[in-house]
Order: sequence, then C-alpha cells, then structure tokens
Amino acid sequence: MATKTLSAEYVKGLWDENPVFRQLLGLCPTLAVTNAVINGIAMGLATTFVLLLSSLVVSLIKKVIPNQVRIASYIVIIACFVTVADLFLQAFFYPISKALGPYVPLIVVNCVILGRQEAFSSKNSVGRSMIDALGMSTGFVLALLLLSSVREILGAGTFLGIQVLGSWFKPWIIMLLPAGAFIAFGLLLGLALLIESKTQKRRA
Amino acid sequence: MELLALFISAILINNFVLYYFLGICPFLGVSKKLDSAISMGLAVTFVMTITAVISWMINNWILIPYNIGYLQTVAFILVIASLVQLVEMFIRKMSPPLYQALGIYLPLITTNCAIMGLALLAARKYYTFFEAVVFGTGSGIGFTLAIVLMAGIREQLDLADVPEPLKGAGIALIVAGIMALAFTGFSGMIKL
Repeated sequence: MATKTLSAEYVKGLWDENPVFRQLLGLCPTLAVTNAVINGIAMGLATTFVLLLSSLVVSLIKKVIPNQVRIASYIVIIACFVTVADLFLQAFFYPISKALGPYVPLIVVNCVILGRQEAFSSKNSVGRSMIDALGMSTGFVLALLLLSSVREILGAGTFLGIQVLGSWFKPWIIMLLPAGAFIAFGLLLGLALLIESKTQKRRA
Repeated sequence: MELLALFISAILINNFVLYYFLGICPFLGVSKKLDSAISMGLAVTFVMTITAVISWMINNWILIPYNIGYLQTVAFILVIASLVQLVEMFIRKMSPPLYQALGIYLPLITTNCAIMGLALLAARKYYTFFEAVVFGTGSGIGFTLAIVLMAGIREQLDLADVPEPLKGAGIALIVAGIMALAFTGFSGMIKL
C-alpha cells in the first residue's frame, strides 16, 4: 500500500473503491436521504466532516489505542464528531436537519466511516489517512449526488428545487417513495458494473 | 388497541427495511439462504426488544432528568455495543443450541443501523415504556418478515437468467424495490 502515490490514494475513492457503488457500504443513508438533491448534498457533507476528522484523530492516536478496544474507541471518536455535526445542523440549518431526521445521528453507524478507520487510518500516516478519507468522502458525495439527481429529476421534475423539465412532464411519484430508491439504486449499480466490465475489457 | 395499531404499523407500514432503510447491510448480505435469514431475523428481533427497553431507561431516567440530551448519540451507541456483547456472552452460557443458531450473527448486529435507528426513533417519538417495547418487538418482526421474504425470493432468483451486471446486489435491490412497492399498499390501513 505504501507504494501508491498520494494522488492514487485520492482517486481510488472516486471509482475503483467507491464506497457506495463498489463496496456497497453506507447504503442506509444513501437510500434514505436521496429523495431531494439538497438532502443528498447535506448528508454527503456531514459524512465528509465526520470521516475527515475521525480519520485525523484515529491516525494521530493509533499507537495509543490498545488493540482489544480499538473498535470501541473508534466508535466513541466517531460518535463525538457526529454529535458536533448534528448540533451544528440543528443550530444553523434547521430545515435540513428536520428533513434528514434521525439519519444525521445515524452517521455513527455508517459502515463507510468505521470501515476506513479499521482498514486504513489505523495503519497509515496522518497525511495519507486524510487523503484517503477525502477521496472516500468525495466518492460518497458523488454517489449521493448522482442518486438524488436521478430521483429528484424523475420524481418531481426539479433539480435543487428549480424546475428543469417542462410542464409536459408528469412526475414519477414512485421515485420519491422508498420503492423508487431501491429500484433506481439497483439500476445505477448495474450500470456501474456494466461500465466497469466494459473498461476492463478495453484495458486487457 | 393503540398498542396493537403501533405493533402492526411497525411490522407492515413503517417497516424498518422497506420504509426507513435501516438494516440494509444484513438485508442484502444475509439474505442468500432461507435458514440463515431466519436466524438473523430472530437475533435482530431479540436484540431490538432489549435495546428498546434499555435505551428507554437511559433516555428517560438519565439523559432527560440531567438535561444531557446532547450525549444521546454517544450514550446509545456505547450501550448498544456493550449490550450486544453481553447478550452474546449470556446466550453462550445459558443456551448453547440457541448460540449455535444465532452465534455468528450476533456480533454483526452491533454495526447494524437498525438497532441504533430503533433507539433514536423511539426517543424522538417520545414513546412511553410499553409503546417503546411494542415498537421494538414489532420492528424486529418486520425486519424478520422482510429478510425472510427476500431470502425466499433470492433462492428462486438463483435459477433465473439475470443480465450479467445486475447479478447479486443489483437485482436484489430491484426486488427489494418491488417489495417496498407492495408494502406501500398497507399504508393507510392504520391511522396513527
């Protein structure tokens, strides 16, 4: 792993190891909050904040944490930053905090975050962990943005609340329902795998 | 009567997997075989009921009286993590056959967002003690219902001719979507 350049460490989170589309981690928030683009972005940014800071702290104190209690320690660190993010959203962006509901405190059980601590930050230097966390968060935000765009455009004909499709368009209400989230994500996942297999063939 | 309505709505209408999107990881990961899906569902129902009790106590006897609600996230996750450990140790000592059946699924439950989600939702809706317990059990049964149905469908799906890129998680998600669609048919059955 040490042979990777820093830019490769960042880029891998965008596609090759994209947390949502390739590793299937963090699916609960991905499906739950993507009924509108603004919610998707807010969730993405909140997760980015938590992931960056927990990676920073975990990589800083990795030598101090005894191996047996490392998972519990990571969870406490993550939970602290989640509380900060939650209170911040409640104080300054109340409508968004209301729309995201319990999914903000639920960032604490987002497996993307705990997964990165266990798989990366606990074994790598501070700088490298930050780059990795940044790459993974970017991948996560991109995935949320993609799914929420599809759902908002098809489900309401709008993007960030602005009408993008003409009045001829009849909104597909199903896209805003839970069922639409599952189906849209399943199809996007299939598309991602299709692109991956096509590009792999070209490389070979 | 209200408790019964809450119970049914937790199972069918506000189903944890298909409505709240909680517990998707085990829902996709452990739904390949019917019997392991049943074990997972039982383990989750068991832990959910206990979590509902303990988190209600923590919230109403400690966090609210001392006005430290901002510690909710930290308190709940710690309680759940240690609770799952305790339950695992307890079952191993008390009932080896049950441990054999649930064994490997119990540790997985710690990182299951359904458990944390249950504690948070119950706290946010200001349930009374009995409501919280009924909500916990009902949600657990709802989770079991969803994962068992899913496993039954996936066992059949193995024989179907699915397009290559959709194999595995893709088709599972689409099936879940169709199931969620069917479950929305239950909404409006009970007005809460």
